Amino acid sequence: MSAAEGFVVDDEMLAGVRRDMLKFASLQLRDETLAEDVVQDALVAALKNGRQFAGRSALKTWIFAILKNKIVDQIREKCRTTNVSAISPEEASLDEAFERLFKENAHWTPEARPRDWGNPEESLREKRFWIVFDACLKHLPENTARVFMMREFLEFDTNEVCQELSITASNCHVILHRARNGLRRCLEKNWFMEGVQTC
Amino acid sequence: MLSCKEATHLVSEGLDRSLTLPEKIQLEMHLAMCKGCRNLKSQMSFLRQACKSYLAQEKGQTDSTRSR
Repeated sequence: MSAAEGFVVDDEMLAGVRRDMLKFASLQLRDETLAEDVVQDALVAALKNGRQFAGRSALKTWIFAILKNKIVDQIREKCRTTNVSAISPEEASLDEAFERLFKENAHWTPEARPRDWGNPEESLREKRFWIVFDACLKHLPENTARVFMMREFLEFDTNEVCQELSITASNCHVILHRARNGLRRCLEKNWFMEGVQTC
Repeated sequence: MLSCKEATHLVSEGLDRSLTLPEKIQLEMHLAMCKGCRNLKSQMSFLRQACKSYLAQEKGQTDSTRSR
């Protein structure tokens, strides 16, 4: 399982990549067992032909490309039996929360007006930020999260997402809007404004 | 005149499709006057950036634990 010369895929490195893959897959599939299977499949497929890699990150890019394909296959499978555009109670309550951000004239209430996050890019280097980010993603309703992750993590364009999940374009926009609002409000509350006195 | 609620939809859709010229004009006019919606637009762009960095940060984290 190693490249012929130079860069060698060692067990310790593989364990690290595997851990990242598992986290990525379970976030999107929301099913630990399924995630394990998908990761195993992807690893086997990636390492089967003993390809040579220029380094750790080249190997990781390759493995994740395969993993993304395997995840999409699972999502496709799952969508044959579920209606992605159906509104669950969680989705309905997220939509109600969104409506409450506005006054009757559909402008922001003073408390709900989105804040200035300053230089949020700096947070991307903080380990704690990613813990909050993960928690906020997990907090999104399942179907909402699925559409969002296909768009932003698996980097499908909107038309492809609609096609894969058999939903209309406008439905897709509604779901992505819901996801982005849920996520930004969760981050605002738990990271960017955390500890800031609001009253 | 666009409301803030309508603006949030256009800002989000702007990340997924090209807005029409009238939509762009309406949105720009609204954003010029509304700090809250300008913040919302930056926040939503940041979400995209964060998702793109997601895999990179995992790599960074494992690398740094390994070198310790």
